[in-house]
Amino acid sequence: MSGNPYLPYPARIEQIITETEDKSLRTFKVVFLNKADGEGFTFLPGQFCEVSIAGKGEIPLGMASSPTEKGFLLFTVNKAGVVTRYLHNMREGDIVGVRGPLGNWYPWEKMEGKNVVVIGGGFAFTTLRAATIYMLHPENRKRFRGITVVYGARSPGLLLYREELEQWEKRDDVNVHLTVDATDDPEWPYNVGFVPAITEQKITACDDSYALVCGPPIMLKFTQPVLENAGFEPERIIISLEMRMKCGIGMCGRCNIGDKYVCTDGPVFSLAQLNELPQEY
Amino acid sequence: MTCPMTDKIFKKREFGGFLRALKKTYEVLVPFKEQGFYRFKPIADGEGADLRFTNTRLSPKSFVLPQSERMFEFTVDEKIEDAHILKEATRAYPPTAIVGIRPCDAKAMRLVDVNFNNPEFRDPWWVTRLNSITLVGLGCTEPCSTCFCTSVNCGPFHEEGLDVLLFDLEEYLLARPLTEKGKGLLQSGGVERDADEGSRNKAHKLRREAEQRITRHVPTDKLAQKNVNDLFDAPFWDDVAFACINCGTCTFLCPTCWCFDIQDEVIRAEGDRIRNWDSCMFPLFTLHASGHNPRAEKVQRVRQRFMHKLKYYVDKHKNGVACVGCGRCVRYCPVNIDIREVFRLMNEL
Repeated sequence: MSGNPYLPYPARIEQIITETEDKSLRTFKVVFLNKADGEGFTFLPGQFCEVSIAGKGEIPLGMASSPTEKGFLLFTVNKAGVVTRYLHNMREGDIVGVRGPLGNWYPWEKMEGKNVVVIGGGFAFTTLRAATIYMLHPENRKRFRGITVVYGARSPGLLLYREELEQWEKRDDVNVHLTVDATDDPEWPYNVGFVPAITEQKITACDDSYALVCGPPIMLKFTQPVLENAGFEPERIIISLEMRMKCGIGMCGRCNIGDKYVCTDGPVFSLAQLNELPQEY
Repeated sequence: MTCPMTDKIFKKREFGGFLRALKKTYEVLVPFKEQGFYRFKPIADGEGADLRFTNTRLSPKSFVLPQSERMFEFTVDEKIEDAHILKEATRAYPPTAIVGIRPCDAKAMRLVDVNFNNPEFRDPWWVTRLNSITLVGLGCTEPCSTCFCTSVNCGPFHEEGLDVLLFDLEEYLLARPLTEKGKGLLQSGGVERDADEGSRNKAHKLRREAEQRITRHVPTDKLAQKNVNDLFDAPFWDDVAFACINCGTCTFLCPTCWCFDIQDEVIRAEGDRIRNWDSCMFPLFTLHASGHNPRAEKVQRVRQRFMHKLKYYVDKHKNGVACVGCGRCVRYCPVNIDIREVFRLMNEL
């Protein structure tokens, strides 16, 4: 980023997709107004932006799209605070601002030639979608060995990206384990159980494997020991964190864990790194 | 030919004339007494400055990082083509001189500068404003009881961050230029006479005596080597935080506290994006939209303030502690929380 790092690039909402049955999650497809801004915007899955609505504020959102999907960005947004509530009521064609890319990314270079296990829970699957799409792209697929996805939500209607998940199910170059906490649908063809339990059942071989983990704190808490018991080294358990942010560039002072800022030193950390830091996140 | 950075000297009663001369080139800020407390204010015509202060109650940080500052402006009027697109607010950065700043407050600006001006990102407003300011320090001949600058790589005549350092030799002021900017300021102020050796010796003596007058020594030597989690999990935090009422006075007054918030404000169809000072003492500082708060408890917030200054900053910037020993937080804390005691607890854990 050159110039003023606080100045958002103007962008237009091109499409809004309602993701979940409770309508609390929507995906916003966003296109830069100025072509040059889009061309200069290069990122890797795991990074985030500050998405800005004039008059409401800015929020950090991880890119749900992969850099292999050209010409737009996707942000999947949970309706939670002032900005996201407003965003949920916006329409296609409305103007937003996008500032980024910010933060670090999943350790793509280190993961080359390795197995990758993607573990997500609830609406925290956004940058994990980006990561999976990125790895499954024909240009990238051969860079990685086995790819496994474990993804769960409270109920079938709360899973994000349902159509894509079903497409992945059909592919033979990725193993997908979908799960829900509970369902009253007798036709539900996938797993029932919490993400840590399904991870324990399905993920046994950890040789040369990385795990990318993103989810609510309770899921992270119970998945970590499962992975460690399965033999994953803390250096290879990769966790993407959330934190309240304002500037996104390591200056405003609120998103620190010890001497690290989640916005610039993260949002992606290895468990080994987190074990060295104060447990305050 | 004179050496480029020669000490200069002028009569104290010429100080008013010096300020008036500076006013032709600079906006001049000087300490004034107002409602019982000193603060820096722009000098008005015909006024002098009052240099009989120990320090101002508010640190002069607001002249580089305003308490409230417009970042961008925008309109939400749909009839206008650029509606909802943020534009940089126009602003001026006139050359400004802060005359009489204490050395601790100048050093604080250097400590904060590493946050706003780093290899990855540059805060354009901080950087431009700091560049536009010339700092004319006034050495402290009578440090107060809460000063502990000599313990934290600072001192009553510390030069770091200053452009000029003034020594109060009673009848005369000795002016030591420290940077090209400072040299230029002295020229603008008409200060041309070189100091004689006798005056320079007096200045040296003044500095030594002032340093000796600061008797309170605060230990800091072991902070860098300490394990961060040992300090974080130390048993003393509950006691340190017990009386705290989370009022935020310490962060408000501290010359090295820089945390800020960003908010949008709209009146009718015209809006501004504004940044305001914020404080780690407030629970909202870290509250997530989900309701989760990593520092929901008072003790966590008090610990954050001290850990940031005395450990996280030390580890991150390898630049010493983020404290200059000005003693404001000690003096104005309504419940007498004393950072000098926290230094000791942390250093001696």
